[in-house]
Amino acid sequence: MSLLRVEKLSKHFGGFTALDGVSLEIAQGERFGLIGPNGSGKTTLINCISGALRNDSGNIVFEGREVSGLPAYQRTRRGIARSFQIPRPFHTMTVLENLLVPAAYVVHLPEAEGMAESMKILGLMGLAEKAHTLASQLSQVELRKLELARAMAARPRLLISDEAMAGLAGAEVDEVLKILFELNATGITIIMIEHIMQAVMRFSQRVVCLDAGKIICEGTPAAIVQNPEVQKAYLGA
Amino acid sequence: MKYWIGAVVLFLVALGLALSGVNEYFFYAAYIVLTFVVLATAWNILGGYAGYVNFGTGAFFGLGSYSAVVLFKALEAPLAVQIVAAALVGGALGFGVGMLTLRLRGIFFAIATVAILFICETLMVNWRYVGGATGLQLLRPEVIQPFASYTRMLFVVMALLAIIAVSVARYVQISWIGRGLRAIRDSEEAAECSGVPTLRLKLFACTVSGALMGAAGAPMPMYLSFIEPASSFSLNWGVSALAMPMIGGTAHWFGPVVGALLLGSIQQIVTVTISNEINVLVVGVLLVLFVVLAPDGVLGLFRKFFRK
Amino acid sequence: MISGELLFEAVLFGVLLGCFYAAVSIGLSVSFGLLDVPHVAHPALMVFGSYCTYIVASYGIDPIVAGVLLMPVFFLLGIVVYRFYYETFEKRGTEAAVRGLAFFFGLAFIIEVGLILVFGVDQRTVEAAYIGASLELGEYRLPYRMLVAFGVALVLTATLTLYLSKTFTGRAIKAVAQDEPALRLMGANPVRIKQWAFGIATGVSALAGAMLIIVGPVEPAMDRLYIGRTFCVVVLAGLGSMTGTLAAGLILGIAESIVLMMFGASWAPAVAFGLLLIVLGIRPQGLFGR
Repeated sequence: MSLLRVEKLSKHFGGFTALDGVSLEIAQGERFGLIGPNGSGKTTLINCISGALRNDSGNIVFEGREVSGLPAYQRTRRGIARSFQIPRPFHTMTVLENLLVPAAYVVHLPEAEGMAESMKILGLMGLAEKAHTLASQLSQVELRKLELARAMAARPRLLISDEAMAGLAGAEVDEVLKILFELNATGITIIMIEHIMQAVMRFSQRVVCLDAGKIICEGTPAAIVQNPEVQKAYLGA
Repeated sequence: MKYWIGAVVLFLVALGLALSGVNEYFFYAAYIVLTFVVLATAWNILGGYAGYVNFGTGAFFGLGSYSAVVLFKALEAPLAVQIVAAALVGGALGFGVGMLTLRLRGIFFAIATVAILFICETLMVNWRYVGGATGLQLLRPEVIQPFASYTRMLFVVMALLAIIAVSVARYVQISWIGRGLRAIRDSEEAAECSGVPTLRLKLFACTVSGALMGAAGAPMPMYLSFIEPASSFSLNWGVSALAMPMIGGTAHWFGPVVGALLLGSIQQIVTVTISNEINVLVVGVLLVLFVVLAPDGVLGLFRKFFRK
Repeated sequence: MISGELLFEAVLFGVLLGCFYAAVSIGLSVSFGLLDVPHVAHPALMVFGSYCTYIVASYGIDPIVAGVLLMPVFFLLGIVVYRFYYETFEKRGTEAAVRGLAFFFGLAFIIEVGLILVFGVDQRTVEAAYIGASLELGEYRLPYRMLVAFGVALVLTATLTLYLSKTFTGRAIKAVAQDEPALRLMGANPVRIKQWAFGIATGVSALAGAMLIIVGPVEPAMDRLYIGRTFCVVVLAGLGSMTGTLAAGLILGIAESIVLMMFGASWAPAVAFGLLLIVLGIRPQGLFGR
């Protein structure tokens, strides 16, 4: 059963075409990787899926319902959550309070239950001790985990992880990857965008490669890595 | 609970003062300071909590004043009705400006508020019914017992409005609405992706803010026995309404109160002893100093001081 | 019905006025349009430039020359202001956005009141051969001072547009507006480029101030009205478009001139602000927005 269906999605910025008729289908529970060189349209694609941008044409169907006309907050309430490439914490709030926002606005939990559930999520992420620390005082890897934790607090069925591991060192990459595997094990479909190839290949069941707004290759990690088009896109013509 | 007890006590104190033998001048000055408490508190609901800066407080305030005048002139409406009507007008204006510009970046909203200010002034300048550019003289109605003077009564009215405004701000702050607004201020994109209906909350804050500012403007024509566009729609209201919360502290409802009491009192003293121009200069200089050196305002300084 | 001649005269005057508005807005087109600085103190600095022109011109120097002489001084002033703004606010990211806005608002007031304290609230004017006389073309009279402002405006806009597209620094300025990370990767220092650009914008404001006092008398509170005119032009043009500034200025100038003719001076101030709201409501990216 397909959870997300993107049909012929296009997005232009003035004269520049960021996405050109992109179509893909993601199954329930899948671990899906999205790769492509800088400027290929990966972030634009997930911005359109999450609602940060409005697509110019095409359809986005989530759980059988069209969502491309909805504002972002309503898509989150339907079950699509995302983390940001450059973490955007609510910096005047504590780590716990950060999670209370989606707990209140997406899941509509009363304060006490919201706190309990948020603490559980923080425990899963390894952030429980930092619950009452101001978000502005976290380290890079902690901020990345907060991004994922906050997305999780929205009880999503689809989680889009946007370069959650960018700039992290080896052990930290493993930490985040482990969390994503655990989340997927609970039934959450995950789209991972990453430049760290070994992470994408370890994690994904299926990978799609974008270049200049078009899908140039789709398949298993092994197949993608060997595809000459993909190699050309990354190394340049 | 402690808050409400405090609020009732303060109101009773205000009432007591008004009925006592205190110098009449005190009420003239205190009325203005209380007006600033309302304006600063109202400003902070959108500016401090959500991060959208309003330069055009004078538009909402002035339109509130003019609404009151129109009702008074046409229907001899009592003050309470004037205030409610002014609040409705202010709220409607807030909603309108919000719908037009809150989808855009904060700077565009700020500039739009200046635009509204000038447009409102131009409209009133060209409306003969309210006196046009020269304005209108107004005759105060009979003073209501037991107050000795109309000004004393207005002082109590404004004290009540101030308590209402602060109560509204406090409610917004501690409710789930406040958390959403803070999320918007910290990162609007992340807030939207966390399920916060950002446009709706911003509109709400803008409407409530405008309504309170309008209400504050309603008794002003009676206070002055006079109304005219230039002073009603002056940009000076905007700089004070902005400076007071920024000086007092924008994160908490108590900040604008502190800022208004402090800066409002300074303003009264400077205007009387030196000049009105120096008064504006003082506001500008204090604003810049606090914004640069003490961004969390007086409340922030206290917190830092007591943490040590 | 309005006579065709009156309308034509209004349009003609509007063209001259519009070019003047474009010239006084072009500094903001750089500082706000390209550099994203919420520079609500731009008109105040311009009025300050007018008063400086007044002082220099009182030594017998032609006001335009005075304006040009003041440009390097204002250039340095702009660098100082930007550096301060960057270190105190922009560096801290979006957290300080509200404070940055409040800072410029406060600065505008300080400048305005400073001018009142030094010069008083009375209007000041300058004198020159071209102020007071008019060019007569058939039935139409075109004030020479407007023609001078028109000429200077064209030269200014053309120079700045060429500078931004043809010189290395100019292109770097446009680049920093569009893609700061890429610029860093190229080894250029974005802060120094932006500082330079802001300096240019402020230097241009000196000349704009000179034109302001040539076109008419100035008083300290004028900056308030010009917030509307300059931001209207910059937003209508589309952030970052120099040629757009000229087109937008013309639209505003003609609109204001026609309203002035049809409804009188009491309605003219609202034109710029009204047009600004319309643009924000219908097409916030302006005519040529990036």
